[in-house]
Amino acid sequence: MGKIRPIKKHSYYQKTAHGGFIATKLNYAIGWGRKFSIFHYPFITACCGMEYMSAACAHWDFDRFGVGMTTFSPRQSDLLFVVGTITHKEAPVLKTVYDQMVEPNWVIACGACAVSGGIYDNYAVVQGIDKIIPVDVYIPGCPPRPETILNALLKLQDKIQKQKQDLRWKIIKE
Amino acid sequence: MEDNQRIKESLTKKFKDKVLNVKEPLGDTVIQVKKQDILEILKFLKEKPQDYSMLLDLTCVDYKGKKPRFEMVYHVFSLSKNHRLRIKCGVPEDDLEVPSVCGMWKNANWLEREVYDMFGIHFTGHPDLRRLFMYDGFEGHPLRKDYPLRKRQPRIRLRK
Repeated sequence: MGKIRPIKKHSYYQKTAHGGFIATKLNYAIGWGRKFSIFHYPFITACCGMEYMSAACAHWDFDRFGVGMTTFSPRQSDLLFVVGTITHKEAPVLKTVYDQMVEPNWVIACGACAVSGGIYDNYAVVQGIDKIIPVDVYIPGCPPRPETILNALLKLQDKIQKQKQDLRWKIIKE
Repeated sequence: MEDNQRIKESLTKKFKDKVLNVKEPLGDTVIQVKKQDILEILKFLKEKPQDYSMLLDLTCVDYKGKKPRFEMVYHVFSLSKNHRLRIKCGVPEDDLEVPSVCGMWKNANWLEREVYDMFGIHFTGHPDLRRLFMYDGFEGHPLRKDYPLRKRQPRIRLRK
């Protein structure tokens, strides 16, 4: 065993923690909080669901990034994960689920079908879920690799961090 | 092969000119019959000596521009003989009534509803002839060749 390295006297930690406080922007702090506590609602209709399950479970495990909490009620979720083909028959269901989510919320379209209708350019399939609900991140691929899903989640976290946070008390005031 | 020969002989012996045509593409027997005889022939095939007791599939083909325009296809299977058979009957566009086989095979119920949904064939004697896949308010039959390729019938207003 090597010897234990002592903490440098003027290390970053000592400097910042010395005064017992940190200085940041409120917008940044709220974004930081939100991006690591995403509760997602999986709306899975097709084969991309297999890749989603793989990305969510132990092999790829997207809980490492703080997005692993799966809820099965849209009312308690921040992120709507639309995975798979959405048909015109199902479109009102997806719209209702989206409308039930509380603000702030985000949507990921996972897989070619959810993004653009994919190979199904026919009478039954909605040509991309952005025809029904607004989408934040698009994941291409048929089906996408789990790494692509992880990358999309990191992109979404970046977006949440950088966006202007809507603050509930401000909304009520206005 | 001997099964093919045997069923061909027994059908032509029993029904004579009601059997319009017998083909054997790739070793499967295909029997062409008239629409009004389809129920009788399927009943004969289902019962004991023939014993084609299982309806594997029931579907339809749209040959637009030909006469008759539609063609019903029945796939039956004999569990005791391990033999498959295909029975076809033409359905003209101006007379879309086909007798239902729900009385013989329970699974024909949904198969006929699917054919009704996709092609608009009417099955007389069907207990509950509604659309199976498409939603209420959907107009037309999407697997017909004259259904417009780009036609969409959304149920909710789409965003730009």
